[in-house]
Amino acid sequence: MKSRTRIFFSIFVVSAMFLSFVNNDDPYYSISKKDVKLVLPKNFPKPYYTFENNKLTPEVFLLGRELFYDEILSKDRTVSCGSCHQRIAAFSHIDHTLSHGIYGRMGNRNIPSLQNLIWNNTFMWDGGVNHLEVQPIGPITNPLEMDETMEAVILKLQKSEKFKPLFQKAYSDPLINSERMLKALTQFVGLMISNHSKYDKYLVGKAEFTPQEENGLKLFRAKCASCHTEPLFTDNSFKNNGLISDSSLHDIGRGAITRKNEDNYLYKVPTLRNIEMTYPYMHDGRFSKLKDVLNYYGTTTNHTTNQDPLISKIGVLTPEEKKDILAFLLTLTDREFLNDRRFADPNMGQKNK
Amino acid sequence: MGKRMFQIRLNNSITIILCCFSSSFLFSQKEVKAHHGLTLQMHHYVGDKVLVLDDSTYTNSLGQAYTISKLNYYIGNIRLTRKDGKEFLLQNYFFISEDEEKTASKSIFIDKIPEGEYTSIQFLLGVDSLHNCSGAQSGALDPINAMFWTWNTGYIFLKLEGKSPVSKEPGHTIEYHIGGYKQPSNCIRTISLKFETPLVIAKKTNVTVNLKADVSELLKTPTTIDFTKLPVVNNALNATTIADNYVDMFQSMK
Repeated sequence: MKSRTRIFFSIFVVSAMFLSFVNNDDPYYSISKKDVKLVLPKNFPKPYYTFENNKLTPEVFLLGRELFYDEILSKDRTVSCGSCHQRIAAFSHIDHTLSHGIYGRMGNRNIPSLQNLIWNNTFMWDGGVNHLEVQPIGPITNPLEMDETMEAVILKLQKSEKFKPLFQKAYSDPLINSERMLKALTQFVGLMISNHSKYDKYLVGKAEFTPQEENGLKLFRAKCASCHTEPLFTDNSFKNNGLISDSSLHDIGRGAITRKNEDNYLYKVPTLRNIEMTYPYMHDGRFSKLKDVLNYYGTTTNHTTNQDPLISKIGVLTPEEKKDILAFLLTLTDREFLNDRRFADPNMGQKNK
Repeated sequence: MGKRMFQIRLNNSITIILCCFSSSFLFSQKEVKAHHGLTLQMHHYVGDKVLVLDDSTYTNSLGQAYTISKLNYYIGNIRLTRKDGKEFLLQNYFFISEDEEKTASKSIFIDKIPEGEYTSIQFLLGVDSLHNCSGAQSGALDPINAMFWTWNTGYIFLKLEGKSPVSKEPGHTIEYHIGGYKQPSNCIRTISLKFETPLVIAKKTNVTVNLKADVSELLKTPTTIDFTKLPVVNNALNATTIADNYVDMFQSMK
């Protein structure tokens, strides 16, 4: 009887240690069943990723959040996913043109935001990744980013006093492997859904647009929406938007994946949701302001020979039109999403709130 | 007369349909239950010499010397055909590696094979498109095996690495990383081998099938690989050339 009490006591101590690791005692960081319920926006299409083989639970989501914000995934333990995917920037890297990796290495592309990922059938600017679950292997193993091997990451996690109980709790057994790690990360990033912007509220009559925003939306629908299709603001296609390639980056875009010449310099159409926060813009981050982007598209010239014909159809945008479109683009900022406590870094404590 | 012709035709078509069905019919649950084991043992060769990593020097058909430091590959969808045409299919994938420093094995144990005399074996060298598009997986298809392309999702079906003094790559490297499940760079190949004498699966016995994989076949027939011109293949370009070469690298051994 006595020994049983002792066992219970040790379990209590161990769980208390575990709780202190993950800030579960703080209601701001706690994750309930309700927090991991997948709520699909009514006006969105059917998602590509359904969590069918990755059942959403608070414990797996929590493991995913800890993995996302832990530097253990990088070779020298200095960079986490969250280092470059910042919540306040819709999980892009605020004010950074190109991605940074360990040892201050520079990548050759602008970091994409993480939002509404389950509606994507390809990932990365060139669409080289075919499934949300395997996407994290890219940055983890890229020498310019985390420069780690999957084998080493799993070995580190298997030895980690922090992660052993988290995996146990998430999967009810102690096995730590890459499938579990990747599925947990997928639960965390897959639930990053932005659909509470002013634009979304306007659509259902819960917010009003100013005449300028209203006109901006009209112009947007006429000139931009064939690629930046509502409500996701991307049609998931690849386009050559005419930008003259920066030869120092040695980047041919989609062509590197398909090996077709006609796909050279095509990049995935990015979503425009939270565009206010995801600066700088374009695949190489060359434009720091939205006005640069509007000036670029609103000047009716052929920039490169194989520019998509839809670009010249935009025509010249007057200064007023650009202002109106800009006003509309700002309605895509979703403060609820940018401040969603579920996605906050629990290691930041009070500072993060 | 006309009526009779019709009957014959009908009979013929029924026979054909039955044939088609029986050849693709898989075994019933009841038959599978009476199970017996088979070990597929891979033996890696270069021509008629047993493959020795790093320390043995080989010569290709152009007279170029080379050594081999790594040989890894995937096989899957193993299909055994019985004398009566029935097939036993195992849809799993196996990671085969010639490497004493890794836990991967050169033998595959297959359980629950119905009794009978088997005449041939078929398997894929590679990973089918379904398993290339299924997200995170464990076991043989766990990306920790470093047989996975991250920048252009897909499994690397085969890795052959080594050195040749004629290679102009840094360190005189030769490196063939072959994969690709999409056309026009599809490198999945089906290997079909007939057993010289039928393989008998009987009650409570375990039999071993020895398969020879000749690495030199990767580098010739139909295309002879010249290490001065093609020392490295690590993406879709030229991959199918090697894939067409590896179709005939396996043989069943006595």
